Amino acid sequence: MSALELTDVVVDYERRGGGRVRAVAGASIDVERGQIVGLVGESGCGKSTLARAAVGLVRPTSGSIAFEGREIVPLGRRARPRDLARLQLVFQNPYASLNPRRRVGAQIADALDTLDLVPAAARPARVRELCELVGLPATAAGRFPHEFSGGQRQRIAIARTLAADPSVIVLDEPLASLDASAQAQLANLLVNLSRELGLGLLLISHDLAIVRHVADVVSVMYLGRMVETGSTETLWKQPLHPYTESLINAIPHPDGSGFLPEALPGEVPDPGQPPSGCRFHPRCPYAFARCSVEDPTLVTLTGGRAAACWLQPEGASAASPAERARLVARAEVQ
Amino acid sequence: MSLLEVDGLRVRLPAADRLLTVVDGVDYRVEQGEVFGVAGESGSGKTMSMLALLGVLPDGAVVEGRVNFDGRDLLGLAAAPRRELAGRDLAMVFQDPMTSLHPMLTVGRQLTEHVRLHLGFDRRAAERRALELLEQVRIPDGREALDAYPHQFSGGMRQRIAIAIALACRPKLLIADEPTTALDVTVQAGILRLLDRLRHESDLAVILITHDLGVMSAIADRISIFYAGRVVESGPREGVLRRPRHPYTRALLDALPHPELRGGQPLVAIPGAPPNPGSIPPGCAFHPRCAFAQPDCRVHVPDLVPTNGRALACPVDPFAT
Repeated sequence: MSALELTDVVVDYERRGGGRVRAVAGASIDVERGQIVGLVGESGCGKSTLARAAVGLVRPTSGSIAFEGREIVPLGRRARPRDLARLQLVFQNPYASLNPRRRVGAQIADALDTLDLVPAAARPARVRELCELVGLPATAAGRFPHEFSGGQRQRIAIARTLAADPSVIVLDEPLASLDASAQAQLANLLVNLSRELGLGLLLISHDLAIVRHVADVVSVMYLGRMVETGSTETLWKQPLHPYTESLINAIPHPDGSGFLPEALPGEVPDPGQPPSGCRFHPRCPYAFARCSVEDPTLVTLTGGRAAACWLQPEGASAASPAERARLVARAEVQ
Repeated sequence: MSLLEVDGLRVRLPAADRLLTVVDGVDYRVEQGEVFGVAGESGSGKTMSMLALLGVLPDGAVVEGRVNFDGRDLLGLAAAPRRELAGRDLAMVFQDPMTSLHPMLTVGRQLTEHVRLHLGFDRRAAERRALELLEQVRIPDGREALDAYPHQFSGGMRQRIAIAIALACRPKLLIADEPTTALDVTVQAGILRLLDRLRHESDLAVILITHDLGVMSAIADRISIFYAGRVVESGPREGVLRRPRHPYTRALLDALPHPELRGGQPLVAIPGAPPNPGSIPPGCAFHPRCAFAQPDCRVHVPDLVPTNGRALACPVDPFAT
């Protein structure tokens, strides 16, 4: 059993003036302890909604979310069961997620107080230890958030979640809006924390290069669905879903070569009116007749991979979308 | 003569009790049809040096140096002629199109305002120009788009509209400040291709400000690397990004994740953080974070010296070839 298990999660939002938007349309993802799971996709694909559902900030319409074998119940008036404190969330913007008027140490100590994890007398020492763990000076505790850079604030936010002694942390775009060097420092920190503390991390990001570097496995999300999952290395070497391939081709190369990245035509459609058949078909360079009619499901392929694409039949060995498209074209001619 | 010649540009901004130097003696040239890339971490003075060109710095700012744009001394101009020049021949696109576009005005209104004001077009001519512009930046259904509001478009489309507005008066120079930072990579690629096409089609010069060296590598012809208000290295794209000479350029590139680095290898982060304008270290501003610093680096501010087709502000030059 995985530490965090999301199974067929569906999240609907009510639209003002009636109507519903299905932000997440049946997505599954598992996070093991000590594992870094990357979740990538364009903005509007539902990845942040899924993150919020994972920690119980949004109520799923259907599907199940279990943390350490226990169902996640959305936040309500009652106090959450204390075991759920071991599932934590880090937000994208550390300028907004930290209280500007409270000292860093007090904010980090909140979880220690609430959960009564260490005796009151030992709390200042524990706060210093947590600061050190995330690479902040021990003197950070007495200062205010505005005295820190963006990267350091994100470390404070991480220290605050670590105070609750978590086993899984969900991070929603934790590296966005940071400079390359701060990003590298924080990425290294996340990898170290995961390895040393056996933490499971669900890392949501639109920055594929950094996800490629830190994640053990990756799920690619498009318009509320997982379209491909697999180990990071193989997924990048040989993307099986045309959308994954498009995402990878759009990444610029900082090598001075003048490589002009490939644009993916069109936009993520309105989740309120998803396209018929495969949700990606209007933007897919390989789409054929079946794609606009039937909706593909995520099927298992060889090598522990999975894709939701009519070009990739269940149990097939890995072959690029272009190769598969040639086979399909040949079959149609015959 | 180059389209834009900047020599010894210094910008000082008022702080609580003194003036803080945010741009400290920057020189560069931009040619017609060229994409000139300005890279550096946040707070390195990239944006301030551009705002100084447009004359839109905060009140009390002090600008020194010489800026020659299209044969005219930009800093010596009076406010009115400068405004005219800045609106017509010099245009700027900002990072976040949601804040740079007016939310309550139609796209058509924002697209025609410039040409009516600066070029004296009547309404019909301005509208024709607006449609032309929308086509140029590949916005489908131009007629409908003219009557729509910014919120009705996606982030990528909004940035295309912001670029169309900037291009309205056929500027000679477009300053694009982190134009793709707020966008998805798939959309970013489209904007980069658009900028690349524009400079080829209309001989537009582009100053591309970005902290993303991948973006830089896609379309910039020449690059200047900024650190703490100064240029530490500049030269042709390929040379600077393939064989960086300054330890800072090298460190910036090493901090990026790249495919060869795998199997749990940590990224090579630069220790520490860039200095604040109020507390720039003496000597070479990078020395406290530099793995190659010598005692002299703590004392003397290195000059940007031409060397082998590029310019370098590092006397240690540990990566000399």
